[in-house]
Amino acid sequence: MSHVIAAQAGKGLSTLWRIMVLTWRHPWMVIITILSCFISSALQLWTPVLLGQAVDRAEGVLDGGVGAADALWTIAMILLVVSILRGLFTMSMNYFGEAVGHHTAYELRLAVYEKIQRLSFSYHDKVHTGDLITVGMLDLEGVRMFFATGLLRVILLGTLIGVGAYMLISTDWVLGLLALSFAPFVAVNSSITQLRLRATWLTLQEMLQNLSRVMEENLGGIRVVRAFAGGRHEMHKYNEASDAALELAHERVNIRVNSTSLMNVSFFISMGLVLWYGGERVMAGQMTVGTLAAFLTFMTILQMPVRQLGLLVNSFARASTCGNRLFAFLDLDVEIKDEPGAKPLKLGEGTLRFENVDFAYPSAPFRPVLSGISFEARKGETIGIVGRPGSGKSTIAHLIPRFYDVTGGRVTIDGQDVRALTLASLRQAVAVVQQDSFLFTTNIENNIAYGDPWAKEARIARASEFAQLHNYIIGLPTGYETIVGERGVSLSGGQRQRLNIARSLMLRPAVMVFDDSTAAVDAGTEQRIRTAMKRFARDRVTLIISHRLSSLMHADQILFIDEGRVVERGTHEELLALGGRYRALYDLQVKPGDDQLEAAE
Amino acid sequence: MTEATLNTEDDSEDRNRRPPRAVVGSSLDREEEVFGKAYDPRIVRRIWAFVKPYRSQIYLSVAAVLAFTLTQLAFPLVIRYAIDNGMAQGGGGRSVLLWCIAGFAGLIAINFAASWVQETVVGKAAENVLFDMRRAMFAHLQRVSLSWMDKTEVGRLMSRLMGDVNSMQEFLETSVLSVGDIVLLFGIVGVLLWLDPLLGAITMATMPILFIVRLFWLPPAKVSFMAAHHTNSSANGALAEGINGVRTVQSLDRQQVNFDLYEEKARANLRAHLRAAKFAQVMVPIVDTLTGISMATVIVVGGQMVLGRQLDVGVMVAFLFYIQRFFDPIRSLTMQYSVFQRAMSSGTRIVEVLDVPVSIEDKPDAVALSRDMDGSVEFRNVTFGYRKNQPVLKNVSFRVNPGETVAIVGPTGSGKSSCMSLVHRFYDVWDGSVTVGGHDVRDVTQDSLGAEVAMVLQEPFLFTGSVIENIRYNKQSATREQVIDAARAVGAHDFIMSLADGYDTKLEQRGGNLSLGQRQLISFARALVADAKILVLDEATANIDSYTEMLIQKALKRLLEGRTGLVIAHRLATIRGADRIIVLQNGELLESGNHDQLMEKQGLYSRLYTMNYSSFDDLPENAEDMVATAVGKAT
Ligand SMILES: Nc1ncnc2c1ncn2[C@@H]1O[C@H](COP(=O)(O)OP(=O)(O)OP(=O)(O)O)[C@@H](O)[C@H]1O
Ligand SMILES: Nc1ncnc2c1ncn2[C@@H]1O[C@H](COP(=O)(O)OP(=O)(O)OP(=O)(O)O)[C@@H](O)[C@H]1O
Ligand SMILES: [Mg+2]
Ligand SMILES: [Mg+2]
Repeated sequence: MSHVIAAQAGKGLSTLWRIMVLTWRHPWMVIITILSCFISSALQLWTPVLLGQAVDRAEGVLDGGVGAADALWTIAMILLVVSILRGLFTMSMNYFGEAVGHHTAYELRLAVYEKIQRLSFSYHDKVHTGDLITVGMLDLEGVRMFFATGLLRVILLGTLIGVGAYMLISTDWVLGLLALSFAPFVAVNSSITQLRLRATWLTLQEMLQNLSRVMEENLGGIRVVRAFAGGRHEMHKYNEASDAALELAHERVNIRVNSTSLMNVSFFISMGLVLWYGGERVMAGQMTVGTLAAFLTFMTILQMPVRQLGLLVNSFARASTCGNRLFAFLDLDVEIKDEPGAKPLKLGEGTLRFENVDFAYPSAPFRPVLSGISFEARKGETIGIVGRPGSGKSTIAHLIPRFYDVTGGRVTIDGQDVRALTLASLRQAVAVVQQDSFLFTTNIENNIAYGDPWAKEARIARASEFAQLHNYIIGLPTGYETIVGERGVSLSGGQRQRLNIARSLMLRPAVMVFDDSTAAVDAGTEQRIRTAMKRFARDRVTLIISHRLSSLMHADQILFIDEGRVVERGTHEELLALGGRYRALYDLQVKPGDDQLEAAE
Repeated sequence: MTEATLNTEDDSEDRNRRPPRAVVGSSLDREEEVFGKAYDPRIVRRIWAFVKPYRSQIYLSVAAVLAFTLTQLAFPLVIRYAIDNGMAQGGGGRSVLLWCIAGFAGLIAINFAASWVQETVVGKAAENVLFDMRRAMFAHLQRVSLSWMDKTEVGRLMSRLMGDVNSMQEFLETSVLSVGDIVLLFGIVGVLLWLDPLLGAITMATMPILFIVRLFWLPPAKVSFMAAHHTNSSANGALAEGINGVRTVQSLDRQQVNFDLYEEKARANLRAHLRAAKFAQVMVPIVDTLTGISMATVIVVGGQMVLGRQLDVGVMVAFLFYIQRFFDPIRSLTMQYSVFQRAMSSGTRIVEVLDVPVSIEDKPDAVALSRDMDGSVEFRNVTFGYRKNQPVLKNVSFRVNPGETVAIVGPTGSGKSSCMSLVHRFYDVWDGSVTVGGHDVRDVTQDSLGAEVAMVLQEPFLFTGSVIENIRYNKQSATREQVIDAARAVGAHDFIMSLADGYDTKLEQRGGNLSLGQRQLISFARALVADAKILVLDEATANIDSYTEMLIQKALKRLLEGRTGLVIAHRLATIRGADRIIVLQNGELLESGNHDQLMEKQGLYSRLYTMNYSSFDDLPENAEDMVATAVGKAT
């Protein structure tokens, strides 16, 4: 699992160091890249020297022209070989430089994906999906590019500029200084510019994220938008986000252009100076035309790298911001994970117990959602839960498979605290039919078999029969191969819920929770599901959360929850006899009529 | 179909082998490979329509690019002149050199101005075009029919709105530069031939070689670049799915399976990128070799000519200068070519979005539903479906009189929500008509329909933003008091006040920090604030307890005074206040009438009704048969 090691590599070091450590996980490629880099820049620096010699030979200034023709041939051949070698080494430098990045990206990608899958619900509650996508795509890209566009360029430019400057100055220091006079200016200018661009880039990225959030929510909630004829309102939101981003984009163009134009100018000015001063020297006979030509060629060679200094600064800045975010994400503590010494669940009787459970969501720690919930359910028993919206019913369901951890008390299965169990064994033993189901954009079969992709077709068909969905599916032209559309849009509300039930039936849980999962199903169909489930329930603990009392009146125990507390408990008959809130609810549902309304109050 | 069969280990196969049917990433995501033609005049014309408003800027910047290129071409010539006519023996000496320097300075000035103008103008124009394009797409999507949206994934649209539009930007910015490259290429050829036709011709002998090499290189290279692009979007799609569905993944303990599948994608992506990098880099030594050959030629041939005094040394220097620049335009033009290719495929995808037919559109003479229309709704022989030849509603007719509240009930999948979609004209009927306030919905403006028909959808959707923004939504005129009144009416006020910032509490994505019932209440309040003549409630209280529901109903009695209500519910207690009940089954209207009439009829309604209240234990022996008849066909 190389990605796990990669994700941990260099933890605790500063961001850039950490990227280097990651890079060094591919030492051979790095070494080849750097060697190629040295060789190719040396070869590149040799070119102008050869050209200068050639010009001088041709002019016959050396040795009075004796043997000039042969010398030209020699120079030409050397030049050819140098060019070819330079090409080859540049290729190897670029290729391996990129390859290092891609290998690093591959490992990081896996690490990010795994982290996303492991981070607990409370994390996903507070982070917008768009932001996570940014981390997994853009930030990762910034880190990937660092070696090729940052680190490697430092070596390349350092060699080219350093050695080049030395060669120029040692040949003729005045001319050398003139030829290099543009470099510091350009370097400073472009660095400042890139830093400014970088700063605005972050703002721009935020604005674009905002813009895409507006678009994404609009498209995701398109039915609401249409239902309220909110097109104009949405365009208004869009324009607000878009105009701000456009303005900033224009500003960035200005920053960038001012700087590149100035860089060009400063380069050509120093070229003009070289020409002027060098021309004077040549006329005075203190210098050959070839040397002058070599100087000018050097300058063209240096022009690119000096300009790239800006990009280099950008790459460093980008790697450090992106890396900061990426590593912060990878280093996040997973709140809910296997505790040290966690054991797989050992199923015996299959008894579920809540012991004095308190809970508050991590995002609102001072708003208790559950207080002092206790109950016990044995194998074959059914617990019904009723209560107002927001009373904490789904929260109870979330605590059993440890989507969240209790803040007080404990939840046990067969006496084993769920926190002491391995997550995998726990979640296989607890199936929650979630209230708010998420279907994948794939076909019906894959959706049903999501929790058990090895399952045989017959079993899938049986699960969907149990959920009373089979007949509908085989009536479709493409049957089980039908794609359900994004989040199941091409299904009716009840069909989505039944698909969700079928999906959970594929597991073989010891505890099964139906969280309001037949709210959109008619009484008849629900009755059938219940009949099928009666046999299924014999082997496990079943929790049924529902607002429809007929769904849970047969339960062995019914809990009436209000504001996170059990306010009434007992069997249907006991609760009716109690004449409390459950009774009022029952009367409301069973005996329609205005007189009942008054009574309920 | 027994417990035993569902639960035996009838498939105790090797769980280590690759799961046969698992996938990550959307199944719709087989992104059509838009290799397409390299050049599709239709697409170019459509894109040009966006550039056109800025054409004066484009012309200006093309002119600037030309000026810029010409100065680039002229610099070596000045150098050559200075060498040959200034520095050489018998040349003009100092004054010529000074003139050359002056000329050089002039060129610098022009170069600066030209590059500044060109980059600023093009940069800004490109951004403008980009934002215009995105806005046009987004605005168009606001009008596209829902039947198209149903089949399309948000993620895919987003990648068109962001990704494809961005790759157009790259193209727009560089395409002006490529004009300069072409000029530079021809300019260099011209100048070389002009300086010395023979030497020029020999030097440029390498150029066709490069062209030929490029010709062979391009097709496979293009495929590898495309492959890299595709594996990227495929891996990213899987990542996005992993994020969106993470709760389901965790609760079904699918992490390992997904991880393995994702790893396959990531590995394919790695391989494709390495391959693409090979293709990109293999050109480097070729170009460098050809440059080397050309330079060697100049040195040998040109050098001999200089020796023989047939050629000025300055010309030789100029040649060496030009050769170094010579391959730049070719290189960047071929780069341009792949940018162009990419832009064409992006352009195709953008145009595809812009071309999605708007099948539901206001008629030119559409009337606006006015406030004081009577609020009646009528279905006349409506037939409708989503898929060809599979009608979901068959010949349904009913009328809801002004001020009436009518309930629609029926087994799941019978077409209740579809009816409501038709009232709002989310879709057009196949046959028959739907009228609202006496007007066929096809004859009224959609805006006015939206303003007069408020809906609570079966699936509550909340936007990121505060509670109050969500309740108010597009009814900007609603005061805070009105919002609070609506929240009170649906019994949401208390829990909203208990949130950290009351009505100004920011909701997480899709309202994730609320319970489902709470989300439903807010979406209910939103419909009340809209203050419409007709209120459509599609299972608006399905996730709400009967007591709260009763309170809502009492409040609604007051609020719905003089308005028309359409209510869908499975919990039959919900609809007790309805004036009339319509029973749908399998897309057909089965019966209608008030509660007592329907109970008397002993039809589906009365069966569903009794079932609603029968307890589990007194389920009749023949329950399955009975329900089968009731529900059988419908499901
Ligand atoms: N967007 C769609 N594309 C294709 N088919 C659809 C679409 N929406 C609904 N259907 C199909 O049309 C039929 C009727 O669906 P509809 O949503 O109207 O049912 P419903 O009566 O509201 O059911 P429920 O009570 O389950 O919500 C169903 O079989 C459903 O699969
Ligand atoms: N992810 C979350 N973060 C913070 N608070 C939450 C979160 N989920 C729910 N809550 C709050 O916790 C309380 C209990 O929510 P829960 O979902 O358990 O209610 P419920 O009883 O299932 O209601 P419903 O009948 O509407 O489904 C509510 O007040 C809700 O606002
Ligand atoms: Mg709930
Ligand atoms: Mg429906």
